[in-house]
Amino acid sequence: MPMLIKVDGDQAVLVDDGFVLLGEEDPAPDGADVIVSLARFQSEGDSLMACGRRVGVRLQPSEEAEALAYDLPRLAVVELRFDKFRDGRPYSNAVLLRQRYGYAGELRAVGDVLREQAQFMLRCGFDAFAPSDGSGPQDWITATRRYRHVYQAGADHRTPIYVERAAAKADGVAKEELEHGL
Amino acid sequence: MYRYDTYDKAMLTDRSNEFRHQVARRLAGEITEDQFKPLRLMNGLYLQLHAYMLRIAIPYGTLSTRQLRRLAWVARTYDKGYGHFTTRTNLQLHWIKLRDAPDVMDALAEVDLHGIQTSGNCIRNVTADPYAGATADEVDDPRVWAEVIRQWSTVHPEFSYLPRKFKIAVTASAKDRTAARSYDIGLQLRRDREGQLSFEVMVGGGQGRTPYLAKTIREHLPADRLLSYLDAIIRVYNRKSRRDNIHKQRIKILVATLGQEEFARQVEAEWAKIEAGTVDLPDTELARIRGAFRPRAFETLASASKAFEAAKADLAFARFARHNVKPHKVAGYAIVDVSLKAPGETPGDCSSEQMEALADLADRHSFGEVRVNYTQNLVLPHVKLDDLPELYAGLKAVGLATSNIDLVSDIIACPGLDYCSLANARAIPVAQAIALRFADPERAETIGELKIKISGCINACGHHHLGNIGILGVDKKGEEFYQLSLGGSGDNDASLAEILGPAVHFSRTPEAVDALVDTYLSHRRDGERFLDTYRRIGLKPFKEAVYANAD
Ligand code: SF4
Repeated sequence: MPMLIKVDGDQAVLVDDGFVLLGEEDPAPDGADVIVSLARFQSEGDSLMACGRRVGVRLQPSEEAEALAYDLPRLAVVELRFDKFRDGRPYSNAVLLRQRYGYAGELRAVGDVLREQAQFMLRCGFDAFAPSDGSGPQDWITATRRYRHVYQAGADHRTPIYVERAAAKADGVAKEELEHGL
Repeated sequence: MYRYDTYDKAMLTDRSNEFRHQVARRLAGEITEDQFKPLRLMNGLYLQLHAYMLRIAIPYGTLSTRQLRRLAWVARTYDKGYGHFTTRTNLQLHWIKLRDAPDVMDALAEVDLHGIQTSGNCIRNVTADPYAGATADEVDDPRVWAEVIRQWSTVHPEFSYLPRKFKIAVTASAKDRTAARSYDIGLQLRRDREGQLSFEVMVGGGQGRTPYLAKTIREHLPADRLLSYLDAIIRVYNRKSRRDNIHKQRIKILVATLGQEEFARQVEAEWAKIEAGTVDLPDTELARIRGAFRPRAFETLASASKAFEAAKADLAFARFARHNVKPHKVAGYAIVDVSLKAPGETPGDCSSEQMEALADLADRHSFGEVRVNYTQNLVLPHVKLDDLPELYAGLKAVGLATSNIDLVSDIIACPGLDYCSLANARAIPVAQAIALRFADPERAETIGELKIKISGCINACGHHHLGNIGILGVDKKGEEFYQLSLGGSGDNDASLAEILGPAVHFSRTPEAVDALVDTYLSHRRDGERFLDTYRRIGLKPFKEAVYANAD
């Protein structure tokens, strides 16, 4: 069974991927949890779910998060595929799923997924990874810690620097640095 | 000036450590060049014809003398003792070794400098008016907003893998000194009648093989909503742009394809859905950043200076005063342009000795501050009129007193085939030959304002589309030819240059420019610049002059 790195806070573990990825024509094995394409989900999603199994959807880079907006509460997994690690579209999809549509389930990065992009993915709200570079949980944990501070508010709910600054000022901590900053 | 606080510094240190780790992995063969490439590019490290080139960001073109001295030191220690200032107000070192790169980054980080996002398909170093904080015609210091953008765009989680590179310019003056209409996003700050600051947002400018001037998609964006609006623009771009043809992936193509109105509609629709509080900075943070750019402690001085006027008896100094000294917002002060275009030298090059001398002069005469102009010149923003003679002598001693700002020898030229792996032809020797041909300062002064811009290939780093005379290097069966075009401008009267005719051979290019200049001189009416005459009489007389005895 394929393995998946799941990241939660500063913990990362290797787990079995409990889902079967179905091709367009593949029959769904009895009782198995499945992941299907957007097209298949739109035509068959209800009947697949009617059997009580958990269902996830894989979005290609060119497919847009909006297409899933109303189905998100029913989905167990959303997979965003990177055809090339340089293709930035899945990042926007991830941000919208998490921040605009409030998706709280598992958000997977699959395809050309490399540890070098880990921090971007984590900050956009991905929490499960099927890396293509042989990296393991430790590499992904390293990535989460690489930057002690972040400038932007992200889907990972880290405190952005401008909020940290305000808090530090209120505390009188780092007062010296703040003055230095002026 | 903005000084990095503990948070900004931590970002740089962490980035530097990450990069050291990545270089180690590359040197150990753990990652492929293909995987390493975007990582090194996002740190400004390019592989060029002869060596690695490091592009160092100079955010909004503002340098402290401490930073300038460090650049001089880095250039001397790790490179060949000089650097090249670019049309994006960055500094390029052309002879860096990969194994030294992490040490260079550390040395730069110590003075708050870096190469972050000076390359790659991300939001690049932000440019701003080089006269910011010094010119009388600005409504606000544009660097406040450029710094806001710098922080927001640094290691941006969503926008680090855009379809192509993305460049933003900010100006707050009626007179645009950033070529804002040639940017992916140009921001023009204004103050409305109620005293509120707002941006005119221009999108989709660019040069390269399909040049466009940016279109205004919003006339009045409340300044404090800037980041969420940028978020909306770039998200639309990231999602909707083509990704199947590298030549059609800049935002200018998307704007042109969708049309200005439709693009604006999509941006507005996206913007309406963004929660302001999640992206726009709180007023307290804006105020903190604004505080960093508060005016210098200027003295109260008379608006005229006896020492300055008396020194003009020296004709060379008087010429310097005419061309390189600009009015300052405070009485008794001036803005001084420092030309990096001495005829015969490489445009934009500056030696370590010159950087150090300039740092000393800036400490003495300009509140320790130096600016980089996209014209590949430097600026001392706050000089007392009384100090000008002494400053001039100091500049002259290190070959930095060339009095040719905006004149025919003040040529923009990209590195071209002397360095760049994408080049078709050399740009530097053409610039040198033209500048030498017009080295006589009196003749140059008679000709008046004339902006020549040279690129070594269609990527247009030398802004040839915006040149009064634009020169583009092309390769014809292994020989260097140059396509001439006329009438471009990157200023408020922005326009794209028109192609004159068949490209001319390297050896004939300087004389062709001469013929263009003669044509202008024989047609010009009182007070006309080259550009005005061209706009009045059109291409034809120029064409005849250049190609008359071509065969
Ligand atoms: S215009 Fe072409 S030759 Fe010149 S620096 Fe840019 S890519 Fe290189």
